[in-house]
Amino acid sequence: MTAHVQPTPILGPAAEPQEIDLAELDHSLRRPRTLFSYCLSVLCSILALVAAVPLVSVLLMLVVRGGKRLNLALLTQLPPAAGMVGGGIGNAIVGTLLVIFVGGVLSIVIGVFAGVYLAEINREGALGGLVRFCARLLTGLPSILAGVFAYTTVVLWTGRFSPLAGGIALSLLMLPTIILTTEESVRSVGAEMREAAIGMGATQTQMIWQILLPTALPGILTGILLALARGAGETAPLLFTLTFSDFWLKGHLMEPTASLAVLIYNFSKSPFQNQKEIAWAASLVLVLIVLALTLGGQALSLRARRMMGAPR
Amino acid sequence: MTAIESTSPREVIQPGDVGRAPSAREVTIDRWFRWATRILAGFSALLVVLVVLLVAKQAWPAIEKFGPGFVTSTKWDAGKNQFGILPEIFGTVVSSITGVALAAVFGVAVAVFLTEEFIPRWLENVLKNVITLLAAIPSVVYGLWGIFVVIPAIRPACNWLHERLGWIPAFSTPLVSVGMAPAALVLAIMILPTVAAISRDAIAAVDPLVRQAAIGMGATPWETILGVTLPMSKRGIYGSIVLGLGRALGETMALAMLVGNVNIMSPSFFSPADTLAALLANKFPEAASHLDLGALMYAALVLLLLTLVVNIVGELIMRKDIAGGSGMRKDIAGGSGRNRGPKRLGTLSRRHDEEVLE
Repeated sequence: MTAHVQPTPILGPAAEPQEIDLAELDHSLRRPRTLFSYCLSVLCSILALVAAVPLVSVLLMLVVRGGKRLNLALLTQLPPAAGMVGGGIGNAIVGTLLVIFVGGVLSIVIGVFAGVYLAEINREGALGGLVRFCARLLTGLPSILAGVFAYTTVVLWTGRFSPLAGGIALSLLMLPTIILTTEESVRSVGAEMREAAIGMGATQTQMIWQILLPTALPGILTGILLALARGAGETAPLLFTLTFSDFWLKGHLMEPTASLAVLIYNFSKSPFQNQKEIAWAASLVLVLIVLALTLGGQALSLRARRMMGAPR
Repeated sequence: MTAIESTSPREVIQPGDVGRAPSAREVTIDRWFRWATRILAGFSALLVVLVVLLVAKQAWPAIEKFGPGFVTSTKWDAGKNQFGILPEIFGTVVSSITGVALAAVFGVAVAVFLTEEFIPRWLENVLKNVITLLAAIPSVVYGLWGIFVVIPAIRPACNWLHERLGWIPAFSTPLVSVGMAPAALVLAIMILPTVAAISRDAIAAVDPLVRQAAIGMGATPWETILGVTLPMSKRGIYGSIVLGLGRALGETMALAMLVGNVNIMSPSFFSPADTLAALLANKFPEAASHLDLGALMYAALVLLLLTLVVNIVGELIMRKDIAGGSGMRKDIAGGSGRNRGPKRLGTLSRRHDEEVLE
């Protein structure tokens, strides 16, 4: 199949009529270029599917093996001793919530103030840039080193393992997320709202507390929830700051405490079937807690974006 | 609009409340508040320095005693006060590089798969959310899964390789239970969501006009991907791999559960090994003597410096990408309206040419 095409002369003398083979334009696998493209598509799809297998397996195992033991007894009883039947993870759930609370309070106070500083007080300055850079570096801090830090400061100082030490270790890991998301959401508040507030005679502090923070609240909460989700799942920093306990919390905060993450780690090495089953059930509960925090954060960030009008 | 309504709809504004200069008290509060934010911001920057200094201070007795020989010695015997972390450094580097290499190949493939219209848009969104979800699963859960699923699944294949190809150093021991191979594999699976998510964002940020131009010039889909899309998003992809490497080096729980925690340096992938982070997780709770603790702190310092260097490199790569990217987006949006018209198109296409030709 051929066709004569007369190219339109643009400049200079008219070009020779060219013959174009229209079969060139057919989509045929016999052409090396098309074949190459086709093969790569197949290869890429295979790689993506292979990558999906372990990821699906993780979720499936969590639901199947963890779901088997998910009942009220699990949520309310103490961990079983070696070789015993039954038991639960009640004290570990309480411990996990307590230690996220301690870490959360510390990192929210420091993180929101530091984020406001970066977004409003010192937008372009050298100290602002340094704080931002350090916060980025902290996001990459290995979690075990946060534990080492809390050990050298709190555990060596107070002489005991405690939720306070665990909370300080976790706050070091939550802090950068909170700083960076607070900065971003405060910055995205429109300039006209700032100008209106200043024009009405508000000080910068009044503008921040009464205009910027309430407007940026959904975005800030998203960051906080994501940071809490990260903290809830951390194990390494708790191994030698919180350690573990087989009993309920006694009411004062300076004693070793149980947590879901450390319970999973301890029971994963156990030879007893009952403890292995509890480890899987605890994993499912932990993932559900993390998931609830993550999804809550995403729902809020969707709302925040809708409130701000223009999606970034 | 809604934002303004939601700030303070309840308060009734009295005349004189607004539209006046701030009182002396308000000015004082303002000054105190600004100092408070400055101090807390400075404190959070100081934390990085503080972490390094405190760990270094605790490690000092061990640094004085063992010196640089600590990182080249292979013995760890608390009873004889002999400490060295060469096997741990070796294990950390081998498991991280293997894990990151696997995660990079599969992660970039997933990123391309999710952006280049292989599957319907709604399925892309579902898979994107599944990846975000997987990045949020705690590492101790991946470790548990590795023990009960991965090791039984790969043991027959590994031992088959050992029987047939045992003369290759990498296959020279059988896989008994825990070891380097399951650890590196689970590590790869853990980093994959990070690499895939950041690479996907980088690829999706490539201007559709450029892609359409390539297709319009007769390029096949893969000629477009390899020649235009991937080169233009390469900084984001490299950045995702370096950040993944930073995560792999510091990853603790999954490795502590899977790598075997044995202080040996073997070329075999199926042999048990150890990593720096796993060493800390295992030895810290039972550190008895002062020197014992000092040696662990020394190991923590080595790990800290290693990850800081990798993260600074990753940060610098990503920062360049962000600077270039936002500039491009501003050009396209015609931000100020000043540089519209042919001049804008000219600069735009030239920049793209440079990116592509690089």
